[in-house]
Amino acid sequence: MLFLIRIYYGGVLMKKNTGIIDRLLLFTLIPSFFIALYLIFIWSPVERIMGASQKIFYFHVGSAWVAFLAFGVVGYYSVRVLIKPRLQHHINAGISAEIGVLFTTITLITGMIWGKSSWNTWWTWEPRLATTLILWFIYVAYLFVRKMDGSTDKIARLSAVFGIIGVINVPIVFMAIRWWNTKLHPVVFGEGKNQSGGGIEPDMLVALLFSIFTITVLYAFLMRKGIEIEKMRHIVKKAKSKAIEKLAG
Amino acid sequence: MAYSVIWTLIAGYVVVLGRRQKQLKKELELLEEWNSDF
Repeated sequence: MLFLIRIYYGGVLMKKNTGIIDRLLLFTLIPSFFIALYLIFIWSPVERIMGASQKIFYFHVGSAWVAFLAFGVVGYYSVRVLIKPRLQHHINAGISAEIGVLFTTITLITGMIWGKSSWNTWWTWEPRLATTLILWFIYVAYLFVRKMDGSTDKIARLSAVFGIIGVINVPIVFMAIRWWNTKLHPVVFGEGKNQSGGGIEPDMLVALLFSIFTITVLYAFLMRKGIEIEKMRHIVKKAKSKAIEKLAG
Repeated sequence: MAYSVIWTLIAGYVVVLGRRQKQLKKELELLEEWNSDF
């Protein structure tokens, strides 16, 4: 993390004319990151049965939450694109989808590693895992659709449809372990169909909530940076084609 | 291993954003050059 800040200071992470919100996000993110690491690795207790390998859970759940949030944002802007096509909505949906795919990938990989240590298997076709994988495929397809050739308007509408189909899968992924009660993937918040009781110690819950907060701030920061760059890219593309027209004319 | 994967993926995305920004900078410089020619 530190080397990234050193290399990209003056670049992606901080520019001279970066707005106050970006600075606020970065100055929240950096201390939160270290506090989250402290809470996860030092402050929170070690789980009795799984031991230290359980600590991956804090990153796994945080990443899953941000992936759901990101795809929710994609769904929201996809609906707005269909109602009134605006380039800004299309850009916002695209960047959120990229970050969503990133965090879904992290969720799947950390889940596999955690699964190997607790279930002694890298993968099982358990409802939560299967539906998360489907979600990943839908949004990877969404990103490919956005790269297709054609008019921006047509691509925006087509990808918006994909985005909405994908977001319908998000509550299915969340509810999968409650609807198809396989007892394999743990229910963190509440237990079983009637949601009575808690599945997590209070100290672990504090570390979990803080890690979710930190990863959410990271999402907001990456989202703003991505949108800024993509907006500029479109402006430059337009300016280039106008310049070429001028040269030709 | 899991933690290395997490940092690598996030770092990878930041690198992608950085490359897009660099590409953008080059295109802006090109536009400025064209503009000055006129």
